[in-house]
Amino acid sequence: MEYEAVIGLEVHTELKTNSKAFCGCTTAFGGEPNTHVCPVCLGLPGVLPVINRRVVEFGLKTALALNCQVEPFCKFDRKNYYYPDLPKNYQISQYDLPLARKGYLTITVDGQERVIGITRVHMEEDAGKLIHVDGPDGGYSLVDYNRTGVPLLEIVSEPDLRTPAEARAYMEKLKTILQYLDVSDCKMEEGSLRCDANVSVRPRGSQVLGTKTEVKNMNSFRALQRALEYEIERQIAVLEGGGQVQQATMAWDEARGVTYIMRTKEEAQDYRYFPEPDLVPLEIDGDWIEQVRAGLPELPDARCHRLINDYGLPAYDAGVITSSRALADYFDRVVSLYPDAKVVSNWIMGDFLRLLNAAGLEPGSSPVPPEEMAALLQLQKEGTISGKIAKQVLEEMFATGKGARLVVEEKGLVQISDAGALARIVEEVLAANPGVVEDYRNGKDKALGFLVGQVMKATKGKANPGLVNQLLKERL
Amino acid sequence: MDLHYLTAHELGGLLQHREVSAVEATEALIDRIEALDGRVQAYLTRTAEQALEQARAVDAARARGEEPGPLAGVPMALKDNLCTEGVRTTCASRILGDWVPPYDAAVVRRLKAAGAVILGKLNMDEFAMGSSTENSGFFPTRNPWDLERVPGGSSGGSVAAVAAGEAVYALGSDTGGSIRQPASFCGVVGLKPTYGRVSRYGLVAFASSLDQIGPITRDVTDCALVLGAIAGHDPFDSTAADLPVPDYRAALKPGIKGLKVGVPREYFGAGMEPEVEAVIRRAIAKLEELGAICEETSLPHTEYALPAYYLVAPAEASSNLARYDGVGFGLRVPGRDIIEMYMNTRSQGFGPEVKRRIMLGTYALSSGYYDAYYLKALQVRTLIRRDFETAFTKYDLLATPTSPTVAFRLGERAGDPLAMYLSDLCTIPINMAGLPALSLPCGFSQGLPVGLQLIGKAFDEVTLLQAAYTFEQSTTYHRRRPELGVA
Repeated sequence: MEYEAVIGLEVHTELKTNSKAFCGCTTAFGGEPNTHVCPVCLGLPGVLPVINRRVVEFGLKTALALNCQVEPFCKFDRKNYYYPDLPKNYQISQYDLPLARKGYLTITVDGQERVIGITRVHMEEDAGKLIHVDGPDGGYSLVDYNRTGVPLLEIVSEPDLRTPAEARAYMEKLKTILQYLDVSDCKMEEGSLRCDANVSVRPRGSQVLGTKTEVKNMNSFRALQRALEYEIERQIAVLEGGGQVQQATMAWDEARGVTYIMRTKEEAQDYRYFPEPDLVPLEIDGDWIEQVRAGLPELPDARCHRLINDYGLPAYDAGVITSSRALADYFDRVVSLYPDAKVVSNWIMGDFLRLLNAAGLEPGSSPVPPEEMAALLQLQKEGTISGKIAKQVLEEMFATGKGARLVVEEKGLVQISDAGALARIVEEVLAANPGVVEDYRNGKDKALGFLVGQVMKATKGKANPGLVNQLLKERL
Repeated sequence: MDLHYLTAHELGGLLQHREVSAVEATEALIDRIEALDGRVQAYLTRTAEQALEQARAVDAARARGEEPGPLAGVPMALKDNLCTEGVRTTCASRILGDWVPPYDAAVVRRLKAAGAVILGKLNMDEFAMGSSTENSGFFPTRNPWDLERVPGGSSGGSVAAVAAGEAVYALGSDTGGSIRQPASFCGVVGLKPTYGRVSRYGLVAFASSLDQIGPITRDVTDCALVLGAIAGHDPFDSTAADLPVPDYRAALKPGIKGLKVGVPREYFGAGMEPEVEAVIRRAIAKLEELGAICEETSLPHTEYALPAYYLVAPAEASSNLARYDGVGFGLRVPGRDIIEMYMNTRSQGFGPEVKRRIMLGTYALSSGYYDAYYLKALQVRTLIRRDFETAFTKYDLLATPTSPTVAFRLGERAGDPLAMYLSDLCTIPINMAGLPALSLPCGFSQGLPVGLQLIGKAFDEVTLLQAAYTFEQSTTYHRRRPELGVA
């Protein structure tokens, strides 16, 4: 039987507000344990939370960018459970009246565009971190409360995803949008972007949902895709073997490449949600919503379409360039100085990204600013350097941070376009390769390329290739 | 001169005129506590050294020619669920151990800024759960009018200290009557302000949607004075209203001519001691004599207030008290693993009434029961609030007994939680509606004080205080002192 998977994602993203959700402590990552804390985020007796306005603003930005309806009235609730990283033993979250609902985003997988529904977006607080120390008697655990109270947004998708590749594409798209909005660092490895997946399988064509499991502990896009591939195969195998999928929370074991049961439905916790009495409900002013909407940056889809329509870029190029706001910003800046978009795109998608990735850098921290990239392309266009030399210059610029013109001058890389000087070299090359000359004259066109190469070699790549071609043809 | 029985406004006047120094007043109160508290047992923690230091600072300020205000140098004390920086705060619970808060409650900050001299921390029912102070994890406090009787609760230590002259005034907290019922039992003035009038920041939470801090004083003028010092918006409490604070003391003008007072019949039900009812009826007649127009009215959902309260308050408490887990602060009783440590700590740290309410509340919030219990209770709460809204379209104030009985004997109700819960029958609906209410001495029954409860419109403490002041000015009940066998 053929099966299809039904996948929904619950994504948590840490908001990069300066201070925590309900107190004035910094949200900075790292820091000595328990130095970014105060009585409020430590949950000491007597303290009260106060909502950080920026958290709501970042939530609104995200909700609007995801095409959600912002609810006119929302409230906070307490989610009660005991865990030592949660000092109050309840988490302030939003239960039945979230900040926003009913949004969507679009993904493209294998050239197919799909619209994925967003069920809801809500605000909540993060927990601290436990550090387990082994030792006799089972060791002990330490708690670091620096992260406690850092604001989170939970973004829940509809069960609209059908393949692990779609789930990954959704997650990547969401990350891109959050980065465009500048509301989160979205670092999965630091935990500022986290994802749990609800997944079930059913015979293709069936409208009935199968029993789902929730998969946790996927710390990268790759892990998400692998975990889902594994879990879907596992569920299908259970059904094929005549069994039934057990409703459970599963954890992904990255090292072993398997999911395993964390807890079953019977062990599911009752969170005893109830309205948080220490916070007043929020009635979000329509003017504020419109103000936030007006302040939204150009989002990835719109930007991608602009690159296609205004610059005539191929959809693939536009997709790659707009997958990162910083990269798209870089592109736009270079094009504003050197208006041949396709050339710019080729350079950015080729050598520029290769060098960036090799150095592990983000586009925003490139040692080659967009102005210098444009200058490099200009030098090539003017014929001062050849395309081949330009690649060499870019590497040097990356390594040293020097400007394009400076590198070309220092290294003496100016193209030789002096016909007299080149003619002498052409003579020498022809004299040294009589066999090849003979081949060419006998109709072997390829032989010309060899001769051009020899001239380039003799000039260390600086010869103007067009002129060399012309001179060779004249002499032959 | 018996400094310990002066009111804050009397003592404040002497201090302002330099007839008495703050140190002298503080020493007088410390002596009084020394002499009496072995029997009354109002204090859990005494801070004599710190109090004298604060007193010296006030005297020094006045010596420099500064005038730090009417409460500066007046010795007072705090219910032990108000956080005090550097001074242990126990909530009368073993589970807090010797926890010392690193911060001051908002009201403590305000009082310190006003020059208050803080004598110490006062006994209470554990986590403010109780009506007799017998649920203290340490010892019960006695009623100064009869040491064999309870002072009421949960702010029993606060009212006993004020009634016995062991503090000029005190702060208490009131979730279901915890200021007013003991004020009635001990013959002092106790005010529960409107929910949101006073910041709760630093009040150790029992039931967040009901808790409110208020003054416990020996007369209405002090009540107005202290309320003015602690009321107002606080950026650290989202539920504290951003409304102007009137000058309550300046608003104290006698005269209630034409004031419309409703007397809800549901507050005179079964279980009420006839003699208490007679005292209350006479007090209402007194209000009429003073010019008020009193008439019987009805708050039809009153009988549902108590059961609904015993769902809402424990539900919130079950969550508020989850943080006492032995991890970050307070008592920790080790176990083999974290779950056992949690269980050992909470089993040994909490007393029986607290455990009872945590269980009630946990149950009321459980999946499958939420709609039947917690949600239903919230709906009842709305009905109760509407009862009052309707009544206040006709009346300026409501007048009721504060408690159906006078102070009962120690141990009399300790084994019967339901009987204990019934002591708060007349006070709980007011918390459910978030309204201001005050208990003031209005007579005696069996030689024990009886309190009249006046209930006002939301944020209209002024009318409440004016009426209470008018009544007080024409009576002498507030001047009577218990026989404690010391000078």
